[in-house]
Amino acid sequence: MNKLLLKGGKLIDPLSKKKEEKDLLIEDEKIVEIGEDLQVVGAQVIDVKGKVITPGFVDIHVHLREPGFEYKETIESGSKAAAKGGFTTIVAMPNTNPVIDNPSLVSSVLTKGKEASVNVHQIGAITKGSLGKELAEIGSMKEAGIVAISDDGHSVMDSQIMKLGLEYAKNFDLPVIVHCEDKNLAGDGAVHEGYYSTVTGLTPIPSSAEDVIVARDISLAEESGAKLHIAHISTKGAVGLVRQAKKRGVDVTCEVTPHHFSLTDEAITSFDSNTKMNPPLRSAEDVEAIKEGLRDGTIDVIATDHAPHSKEEKDVEYNYAPFGITGLETALGLVITELVKEGVLSLEKAIEKLTVGPAKVLGLDKGTLEVGKDADLTIIDLDKKWTVDPQKFLSKGKNTPFSGVELQGEVVTTIVGGKVVYRAEKQGIGDKG
Amino acid sequence: MGILKNKDLIGLEKLSKEEIELILNTAKSMKDILKRPIKKVPTLRGKLVVNLFYEPSTRTSSSFSLAAKRLSADGMNLSAKSSSVVKGESLVDTAKTLKALGADAVVIRHGIPGAAKKLGDTIDIPVLNAGDGAHEHPTQGLLDIYTILEERGKVEGQTVAIVGDIKYSRVARSNIWGLKKLGAKVRVVGPSTLMPKEIEKMGVEVYNNLEDGIEGVDVINLLRIQKERQGKSLFPTIREYAKFYGLRKKHLALAKEDMTLMHPGPINRGVEISSDLAYSGQAVIEDQVENGVAIRMALLYLLIGGGSKSE
Repeated sequence: MNKLLLKGGKLIDPLSKKKEEKDLLIEDEKIVEIGEDLQVVGAQVIDVKGKVITPGFVDIHVHLREPGFEYKETIESGSKAAAKGGFTTIVAMPNTNPVIDNPSLVSSVLTKGKEASVNVHQIGAITKGSLGKELAEIGSMKEAGIVAISDDGHSVMDSQIMKLGLEYAKNFDLPVIVHCEDKNLAGDGAVHEGYYSTVTGLTPIPSSAEDVIVARDISLAEESGAKLHIAHISTKGAVGLVRQAKKRGVDVTCEVTPHHFSLTDEAITSFDSNTKMNPPLRSAEDVEAIKEGLRDGTIDVIATDHAPHSKEEKDVEYNYAPFGITGLETALGLVITELVKEGVLSLEKAIEKLTVGPAKVLGLDKGTLEVGKDADLTIIDLDKKWTVDPQKFLSKGKNTPFSGVELQGEVVTTIVGGKVVYRAEKQGIGDKG
Repeated sequence: MGILKNKDLIGLEKLSKEEIELILNTAKSMKDILKRPIKKVPTLRGKLVVNLFYEPSTRTSSSFSLAAKRLSADGMNLSAKSSSVVKGESLVDTAKTLKALGADAVVIRHGIPGAAKKLGDTIDIPVLNAGDGAHEHPTQGLLDIYTILEERGKVEGQTVAIVGDIKYSRVARSNIWGLKKLGAKVRVVGPSTLMPKEIEKMGVEVYNNLEDGIEGVDVINLLRIQKERQGKSLFPTIREYAKFYGLRKKHLALAKEDMTLMHPGPINRGVEISSDLAYSGQAVIEDQVENGVAIRMALLYLLIGGGSKSE
């Protein structure tokens, strides 16, 4: 039996409201005991005094790029990046090549995912090829192991198909994750429509492109009773729509990315293509509304929308660059620096949105520190300040707008199923076992 | 003589009032040269100026070429059709080629905002933006301001109405930045479908009605209406645009009596301006063309020759 004893750490478990200095004992892949001053014969001891232990983070929105775009990222490289970022469970979007829209593709990616250092789940497409025309084999994909469906990258523009997708997903108790963007309103836009799109001359995407689809999808979900999750919410209007819908009792949840609460569209004046993502960076007013949504619980989840691209793809004229930035390795630093230190969220609330919040949305039995649960844990040094250096990323994608930015809060150790899958260098954690 | 702070000219947004005045003063000396019987000086002899044009443009390209010739520089044109651009070479790689060719400055026209800045960040020789998407067209802005200065004696306190397709216009943006820095009042006039969002934050007044927009102004700068905008429902038809926003003789009484009428060309006669007006005494369209050469000579001189930090 493999025993691992974490000594002296401060446990934070948002689900059980635990917040205490206790030792935690892992046997094989499970948490078996939490208590004061545990003495265990034959256990490997990790001294985590002064560090915080949280449930392993769960990221329900990553692009692992496999199959088809292995030059951007692979399941293996993305998983390593996840482990470094403190994520023990990641959920891959289906917009690979081919799009994950049938059970055999699901099985093939999940087989690869089993070899990864973190738990890898897969989302299936809503429609075949994510083209928005005909429903994919949603039931069979569920049998093969998907945890949700999404045509992320696009909205299903045909409202009738979307309605049927929501109704059909209900049969299999699958949440439907929606990327909300009206294709006609967004056009070939690259940035948020506002003062900075005017000054830069970059092609604008209006807030209404997001808002009208959020409103539509809420309406369709309300009608069908399906479980709706809104991906990467970014506008003031959309936050308001979700808030109202929740009040009415609609089964809707939503997520925000770290970059949408950390940056405003002012960043685009650099013309750096690492400020180009979809949805675009929004105005200061939108960022305020996002923070309010996080505070009052309208926003349930922080998810990275980790979107790695190669240097060659991003090192081009703004319009030619693909949308998206990497996110797994900067998420915690941004959450601590921009939300916890700034007083937007308490540490417990912030951790909740990285752990049990996302686990609940997809019905995963993850995200809590309780005896009997999987030993997926993240150990954090809350005070550690560090400077983002993309060359040190384990992700193949170095595309980040945060290069050179100083952040606070660093992952020291990540444990998945009782195994240490990541350990920061020079952290001086002694193995005394 | 002063110097320009940056090696590149990307836009008027980033220039100080003093830098703009330096360029305008230098252009005046250049215009004097253009008035001489022999309109050429040896200032930039042996220097190579490359025109890198990703979008067709006869006017701006010729104006830069002529400016280089008047200063005795060698010119070279790389247009999108003949260069490897169309074969998929990246802007970054093209920049390296230009450097290897021994270029001393690059003039770039590109359809995408930020392309000139990207080129400037990639190579260490001066880059002059000849228009990047809807972002800026600084030499056009400067030549318009120079023309206003020449015609009206000063820029400060003048009220300038820029009329037309503001949304897609790099000319409008460069004019606004420059004019505001020199103390002019700027109005933008056009249908709301051709107005970019929150443009009032640039310090301009927005008018959706032509008559109101030109009332009492010193200068009217008409922008060219791109015919390809038709059919995208930004306005129903060219005919309807001309009816509500085309400048005609009857409008002149609304502006100041000695109003200066400008147009960056080429003109769509009968659309944004009626034929009789285009050839009226108030129009300074040909002066703008001549001033364009002087402005571009001044910039080539300041950035490559006498006025840069390297000297």
